[in-house]
Amino acid sequence: MTDIIGYIMMVIGVMFDIFGCIGLVRFPDVYNRLQAATKCVTLGTVVLLVGVALICGWGPMSAKAIICAGFILITSPTAAHAIAKGAYASGVELWEKSVVDKYAEEIEK
Amino acid sequence: MRRLIYFVLAFLIWILLTWPSVDGKIDVQVVVAGLIASVIVSVLFHEILPKEHHIFISPVRIFWFLVYVPVFFYYVIKANLDVVYRALHPKMPIKPGIVKIKTNLKTASGITALANSITLTPGTLTVDLTDDGFLYVHWINVKSDDIEEATQFIGQRFEWFLKRIFE
Repeated sequence: MTDIIGYIMMVIGVMFDIFGCIGLVRFPDVYNRLQAATKCVTLGTVVLLVGVALICGWGPMSAKAIICAGFILITSPTAAHAIAKGAYASGVELWEKSVVDKYAEEIEK
Repeated sequence: MRRLIYFVLAFLIWILLTWPSVDGKIDVQVVVAGLIASVIVSVLFHEILPKEHHIFISPVRIFWFLVYVPVFFYYVIKANLDVVYRALHPKMPIKPGIVKIKTNLKTASGITALANSITLTPGTLTVDLTDDGFLYVHWINVKSDDIEEATQFIGQRFEWFLKRIFE
């Protein structure tokens, strides 16, 4: 039973990863692409790793999978902040159809 | 004392990560390398790690944390379905922009948790934060560029929990 749940979770995880990659290609600018890359790929990979842990049962393999899932949950959004801020600081512009940019005022100060 | 706690934590993670999964034998070289690495990490980096230790031993805060985890995952899954919908829709219904929101959280770990929660949930990505408690957030579908209203939409639902966990 846990095997089946584990396989289903792995399939869901891989699907989220694929959708994240499609978003990465289709979205127009760096910031929107980061949205797809951080959200879908984080959840997809965490779900996949939890599926691996369920299939392997109580032991070394699932301990590693769970630790990796925790690290991804912490580091992936942190890396996204760094990339977004770095992109803005180095002059990457928002998509021309963006509606508002409050951050420009902060930079000018 | 803090160095000791971080040393034990780092070493524990090392042991779990190098736990042999095939033959079950523990290699002395791996353990020694882990000891050295843990000492270096705990001596060099104990200052940049969180200073609010009391939050890890208070049962009330741990209770609120355990309540927060399922709520957080509910929003993460909702966020993912939202982004998947926008990525797959032929017309790509996005309306991006960077808005400013306000936070009342004061502690460093509280603000970090808020920023990371915002990044992982519905269509929002934290870009920067200022010293006086404002966050700049990239929003994939801007509903309001007013500070108060944007705070209502983005930050409020997490702040209520995070205040109980970290403050």
